[in-house]
Amino acid sequence: MDQQEIIAGFSPDKTNLLAMLHALQDNHPQNYLTEESLRAAASHLRVNLSWVYGVAGYYSMFSLQPRGRFIIRICNSPVCNMMGSSGLIDVLGSILGIGAGETTPDGLFTVEQVECLGICDVAPAMMVNRKVYGNLTRKSLEAIIDELRILQNKPE
Amino acid sequence: MISEKRIILRNSGVINPQSIEEYIDAGGYKSLSSAFASTPEKVVEEVMASGLRGRGGAGFPTGIKKQAAADRDTGKISYVVCNADEGEPGTFKDRIIMETNPHLLIEGMIIAGYSISAKLGYIYIRGEYYDSVRRLQHAIHQAYARGYLGNDILGSGFSFDLEIKPGAGSYLCGEELTLLESLEGKRGYPRIKPPFPTEKGFWDKPTLVNNVETLANLPGIIGHGSSWFRSSGTEKTPGTKLFSVCGDVKKPGCYETDAGVILNDLINDLAGGTSNGKPWKAVLLGGAAGTFVPYSFSGLSLCYERLKEQGATLGSGAVIVIGNERKLIPLMQSILMFFRHESCGKCVPCRVGTTYIHERSLEIPAAGNEARISILEEIVNHARQMAKSSLCPLGQSPILPLGTLQIHFTEMIATE
Ligand SMILES: Cc1cc2nc3c(=O)[nH]c(=O)nc-3n(C[C@H](O)[C@H](O)[C@H](O)COP(=O)(O)O)c2cc1C
Ligand code: SF4
Ligand code: FES
Repeated sequence: MDQQEIIAGFSPDKTNLLAMLHALQDNHPQNYLTEESLRAAASHLRVNLSWVYGVAGYYSMFSLQPRGRFIIRICNSPVCNMMGSSGLIDVLGSILGIGAGETTPDGLFTVEQVECLGICDVAPAMMVNRKVYGNLTRKSLEAIIDELRILQNKPE
Repeated sequence: MISEKRIILRNSGVINPQSIEEYIDAGGYKSLSSAFASTPEKVVEEVMASGLRGRGGAGFPTGIKKQAAADRDTGKISYVVCNADEGEPGTFKDRIIMETNPHLLIEGMIIAGYSISAKLGYIYIRGEYYDSVRRLQHAIHQAYARGYLGNDILGSGFSFDLEIKPGAGSYLCGEELTLLESLEGKRGYPRIKPPFPTEKGFWDKPTLVNNVETLANLPGIIGHGSSWFRSSGTEKTPGTKLFSVCGDVKKPGCYETDAGVILNDLINDLAGGTSNGKPWKAVLLGGAAGTFVPYSFSGLSLCYERLKEQGATLGSGAVIVIGNERKLIPLMQSILMFFRHESCGKCVPCRVGTTYIHERSLEIPAAGNEARISILEEIVNHARQMAKSSLCPLGQSPILPLGTLQIHFTEMIATE
């Protein structure tokens, strides 16, 4: 969808800022907020660009840098950590060749180490874009990555 | 052998969460009619009489909060905000309510709105809860179509609108005043308290901020009365409570029981016991901003009053079980990493302190027994200073797990 169309779907009310930034970010194939999109959001809400910039920079779900098609958010909060998430971050590192906060050169995956996702009943857990994966093991993690590679050319 | 007592979760897994018809057939939205048949003042009185305490962590009496929000007549504008930010590690009960019975929360929100004569309500949900947002959005559409939301609801003359607002990844935004900042489209920096949200909340208007579980209790209280509600739980913590049990147990999950349930009954009878069948080493009650208890507390009754006597907290109802083979130092480091990560950096004691105590904790494993004890002591003292000098409750939290670790587990930390 076109950026202006997305913005037009929100009334020009500051309470919509976070929802609008989510929508703009989700719409970008590289899952990030471009300067252009921040400008468009600011002018729609009639606030300074610096305001929108500050908000986009504050919240951990927003990115001002291009990211991969699949955002892997792996939880490393106390419950997942206790159940072995640090080891899984290493596994991801060895499969994908990147560490937390990095994107694979082919632009497919970004790994982010995040705090509790509210799915501790299936710890260790992670989300890939909107989907939850729990009770992770080295094996299941490898299988998930394989599956995502196959999925890459299909729409979500 | 105890079993669950399902009141909030009565229809969870029983009805289709996306069907308003099934909710209505199960008695849903009847309490709304009961509320309308009574006055807003009477609804507040009933909630007061029920003794319901906030389920978001602090345990503040809900009726008193409602009274405070309703008392002010600053141009009669007020708001109801549902705190669905659920960021406390180990906590997932609000998600279960929203995913399995979204209409219960909506009905609770409308009753809350009616009781303080608010015309608009927001549900602030953490950005990662995509399924909760989707289900609630759908349920809100259905409620509008049926006339439970919007103008002149059920011919009562009361009008109420309800909107969902997503968060975007900030634990601190679960703190009620910070949440309101975020709702106003700002960065999540806390406001100074007082004034409380009931005096000066969303857009500076009186605002009732309640947790998902708190609001989900209202239909029951209004539908069946406060004495029915008081027939569950304890005298000072009436009602049922949702516990998020996780960690080293066979069946992690969200369990609803009488408030005041015995800790080990919850772990053994409902969560299937520890993963290896051996007595647990520790339980972290209430999440990262919670308190550690040792096995000698296994007979403890989980209600606000008993826990307080013992220097423990119920918090959000997280019950993180730590098996006998686990090490406590990495867990402590992980908790401190959490606070370091989530500190907003606005005030010095917390910005510098969360980083410092985390880094000090990394030195513990390489230290000898005596040195470990003194590092722990230093960290605890530092956290105590932070609790006194930090601007908001986040900087005041690390002392909770750290202080209880020191009291109950110093020896283990020295030798593990
Ligand atoms: C750092 C921090 C995070 C919090 N996170 C939440 C949360 O995610 N959900 C919640 O209901 N309350 C949270 N609280 C508590 C709220 O500030 C507030 O007490 C609660 O929303 C009041 O609702 P209740 O009276 O229904 O419990 C948090 C508090 C602090 C200090
Ligand atoms: S105590 Fe921590 S989280 Fe709270 S305002 Fe200070 S730096 Fe921010
Ligand atoms: S601690 Fe990882 S999902 Fe809660």
